[in-house]
Amino acid sequence: MKMWIVIAAYNEEKRITKVVQDLKNHNYRNIVIVDDCSKDNTYQTALKTKVNVLRHVINLGQGAALKTGITYALNQNADIIVTFDGDGQHLASEIYKLIAPLTKGYEITTGSRFLDKRTKMPLARKIVLKGSVLILRMFYGLKVTDAHNGFRALSKNAAQKIEIKCDRMAHASEIISEIKKKKLKFKEVPVKIIYNEEVLNKGHGGIIQAFKVFFSMVIHKLR
Amino acid sequence: MQPIQIITIIFAIFALSRVILRSKEKKLTIYQFIIWIIVWISLIIFASFPSLLTQFAHISGIGRGIDILVYGGIILLFYFLFKLYIQIKEIDEKITKLTRVIAIENEYKTRKNNR
Repeated sequence: MKMWIVIAAYNEEKRITKVVQDLKNHNYRNIVIVDDCSKDNTYQTALKTKVNVLRHVINLGQGAALKTGITYALNQNADIIVTFDGDGQHLASEIYKLIAPLTKGYEITTGSRFLDKRTKMPLARKIVLKGSVLILRMFYGLKVTDAHNGFRALSKNAAQKIEIKCDRMAHASEIISEIKKKKLKFKEVPVKIIYNEEVLNKGHGGIIQAFKVFFSMVIHKLR
Repeated sequence: MQPIQIITIIFAIFALSRVILRSKEKKLTIYQFIIWIIVWISLIIFASFPSLLTQFAHISGIGRGIDILVYGGIILLFYFLFKLYIQIKEIDEKITKLTRVIAIENEYKTRKNNR
């Protein structure tokens, strides 16, 4: 089984080396980083880690970067694709938990920070995340506990079937809707998310961000 | 003839000339060409004979002739806005695809050069 790890990175020069090191320490060798036209030196820093690095010539957003990485991995004949965040909020030691169900017939697994109590997060963030889970349930009718977790494992079949059209942050909800639409066998796996100062300061998961995502979900639904 | 009629006619003729020019450059499809010709020629006709517009308005149950023009114009504007929105979305998708291909090809080339 050939496994590829896809990392979408935007302005992660300070964190990307550590993330790759963590993966290498756990013996994951097939790694592709997609630099989404970062303003800092993410590309150069990533190249130094000796993994496969792709660069978007213009900034497209996380959804598009993930799709690029997934397309690349499929070209390399990947059987399993794991998406991993570039800012160090996921643990390489938990990858095996996400891929285990894939060998038992599941086609896609996503990490959830709400299935156990290990993840500590600010209350405001918790409210936003829980709210979006409710909205997703209304929109797509798929029961998930954590909709916006970038930690996922996809079988080759799932990776080929899932279409990511939302370039920006709404892709997380889009993947959930694709799981439902393409009837993929899906499971959530408890993972720990590390909230350090830098992750929190990046501004993802804020109220404004949440509204933007909600708006683009509505647009997508209408199309 | 009122000044507004003259202004409208002059503008419509100007717009008509643009449409013909663009179609000569083959930047309009036949469908678009016909639509725009109809729009501007009917504007010239209605500006020259406002009573015609009033008759149309009465038939459709709208009070004043000018109102039918405003309603029609707004509907047309929304339609074009919608078309534009779709076209921009399509261009967006094309740019994404293009960027993706460039990223993958470049990676392949850099790796080849480093060997």
